[in-house]
Amino acid sequence: MTTTHRLLLSGNEAVALAALNAGVALGTGYPGTPSTEILENFSKIGGRAQWAPNEKVALEVALGVAFAGARAVATMKHVGLNVAADPLFTAAYTGVIGALIVVSADDPGLTSSQNEQDNRRYAVAAGVPMMEPSDAQEAYDFTLAAVEISERWHLPVLLRMTTRVCHSKSVVLPTRTISPPPTPRFERDVKSLVMIPSNAKPAHRRLRKKLAEISQWNESSPLNRDRPGDTTLGIIASGVAYLHAREAAPRASFLKLGMTHPLPPEKIRAFAAGVNRCLVIEEGDPYLAEAIRAAGVKVESQPEMYRFGELSVARVRRILAGDTSPEPAPVPGKPPQLCPGCSHRNVFEALHKLDCIVAGDIGCYTLGVLPPFEAMDSCVCMGASIGVGLGLRHVLPPEQARRVVSVIGDSTFVHSGITGLVEMVYNPPPTGHVVLILDNSTTAMTGHQEHPGTGRTLEHEPTGKVSFEDLGRSLGLKNVFVSDPSGDPIKFAQLVQACLANQQLNLIIARRPCLLIAGKIKEYERAANQPCTAALDEPE
Amino acid sequence: MNNGVINIVIAGLGGQGVLKAAGIVADVAFRSGRDVKQSELHGMSQRGGSVSSDVRFGKEVFSPMVPAGEADYLVVVAPDQIEVNRHQLRSGGILIAPDAVDPAKLTNKKSFNVALLGVLSQHLEFPEAVWLEAIGAAFPDKLHAANLQAFALGRKTV
Repeated sequence: MTTTHRLLLSGNEAVALAALNAGVALGTGYPGTPSTEILENFSKIGGRAQWAPNEKVALEVALGVAFAGARAVATMKHVGLNVAADPLFTAAYTGVIGALIVVSADDPGLTSSQNEQDNRRYAVAAGVPMMEPSDAQEAYDFTLAAVEISERWHLPVLLRMTTRVCHSKSVVLPTRTISPPPTPRFERDVKSLVMIPSNAKPAHRRLRKKLAEISQWNESSPLNRDRPGDTTLGIIASGVAYLHAREAAPRASFLKLGMTHPLPPEKIRAFAAGVNRCLVIEEGDPYLAEAIRAAGVKVESQPEMYRFGELSVARVRRILAGDTSPEPAPVPGKPPQLCPGCSHRNVFEALHKLDCIVAGDIGCYTLGVLPPFEAMDSCVCMGASIGVGLGLRHVLPPEQARRVVSVIGDSTFVHSGITGLVEMVYNPPPTGHVVLILDNSTTAMTGHQEHPGTGRTLEHEPTGKVSFEDLGRSLGLKNVFVSDPSGDPIKFAQLVQACLANQQLNLIIARRPCLLIAGKIKEYERAANQPCTAALDEPE
Repeated sequence: MNNGVINIVIAGLGGQGVLKAAGIVADVAFRSGRDVKQSELHGMSQRGGSVSSDVRFGKEVFSPMVPAGEADYLVVVAPDQIEVNRHQLRSGGILIAPDAVDPAKLTNKKSFNVALLGVLSQHLEFPEAVWLEAIGAAFPDKLHAANLQAFALGRKTV
């Protein structure tokens, strides 16, 4: 074996490398564990990558790139695809000219998420082809295959990853090649790209026809692999579940599915007919088992208890043995907590003392729910703090309503909080409201990514900056305050108290850069202030 | 044993260099031509919580995760994480606990993770030169001396 091109890559790094080698013109997305490193690596190795304000915008930008005939990748975590679902469903109708790869990084086991939804359901619901890599080699190969499939059938392709595939490193031989990308150009095609009902009706029929063709192609596609073994047990699996199953049942026959929508029913039927017992092993929902049964193929699926959490070799062994006894409880580790010295601590101390009802949001500050603060009462999805806070204010008795505050981070506010603020101005509760933006000048939770409020690009270069205080004032808010909760915690608490009492609409921006990034931010700012001299001073 | 695959679990707390240490072990196996998989979890664990990473290498590795009770080596960087992770070890597996190295002897206390790799290295078959290459590749130049000192300190302890 030649070792010259051998690489040790995470699944995320492998997707980035494949995107670069495929000539992807633009990668865009919103940070979210476990997807974040795809764009960071794509940028690092020379690709053009951008953070979008949220996943919907990212997918729309990527769609525009693909409408222009170029190749695009949009990355997001599983819940991000909920936000981007609107363009996804209709992009399946319009189709694309170039390639559009949508990476959905699911999080079975909720390593760092608010739910464990299985986004394979989205491929079916939207009607787009889907591929499920099981390791970094397949992450590389399938990304290139996805580009080819997207261009051949002019459809967006869902590349469905999971936490273990994204964050596990394995050996990659990047030998697969692909035709060079076309030159971007616009061709007017109103019937395909303008989805008024008269155009969308035939577009829906076109989509179903394409999916039928792809299903036929998938019957003999190299993306699915037969691995003959002992015929007493046949296992159908996809993604990382396949690797767990190979280890748990080394002698079994395997049908390893790489493209899991649209499925190849005849291939599956033939495999199942060739074994005495046919079992589907899959992480998450019983998506494959249900689809295969609906196609009239008799297969066993795993007991319901294995739908929850990640699979592992040990859990697959239990499934094979039909073991449904309670599983050993995991030994509790040390839970995460707000860093010592974090300015969020001062905020939650104040909210705790003031006995606030806190509609919370997604980010580091969600840890404000834990002792000693215990100052969060709801956390649902990106941006929900503002809407939920307003809803509580609308109907609670006044003595409770007056204690409600919405707490949202800076990146989360840009992602999905702005429309909530508009709602507050448009439908103000009788007791007023208090929205607190915890502005630590970064997307801290996912590893300190930039966002439109920092005024720096993914590569930390200066760009346009959205000012939250200006935005609030432009919406007509009279009470807009900026305060440093660590600088003077007492003054900050007094400000919150005064806002709670005034029965008006209030926007408080609690601003203090994250301690872990403050030094880096100063470096970026220094570099931005003297770009020319710095470049000239470089030797050679 | 399991197809000749060696299973290593490295555990500690966020900020202790657990993932860095696991990356170095994986790189050593990779540079030595083995099939290798390393599994790690990011996210909430970065905020000071428990962190662990699995490294598996051999002729052919399937699952990226070390099955519970099958670790040949458990390297623990934080004393309070030993009991949390002990179940990972197979019977007869080797625990490398933080008391294996005296942190007072380190040039830079942040290199404690690499010092424990020095201890681990004595149990594995890879030449010292490959370890030094992998450590060199893992850190910027200014941190090389401290990490090589830490590695040498750990490697001498067995």
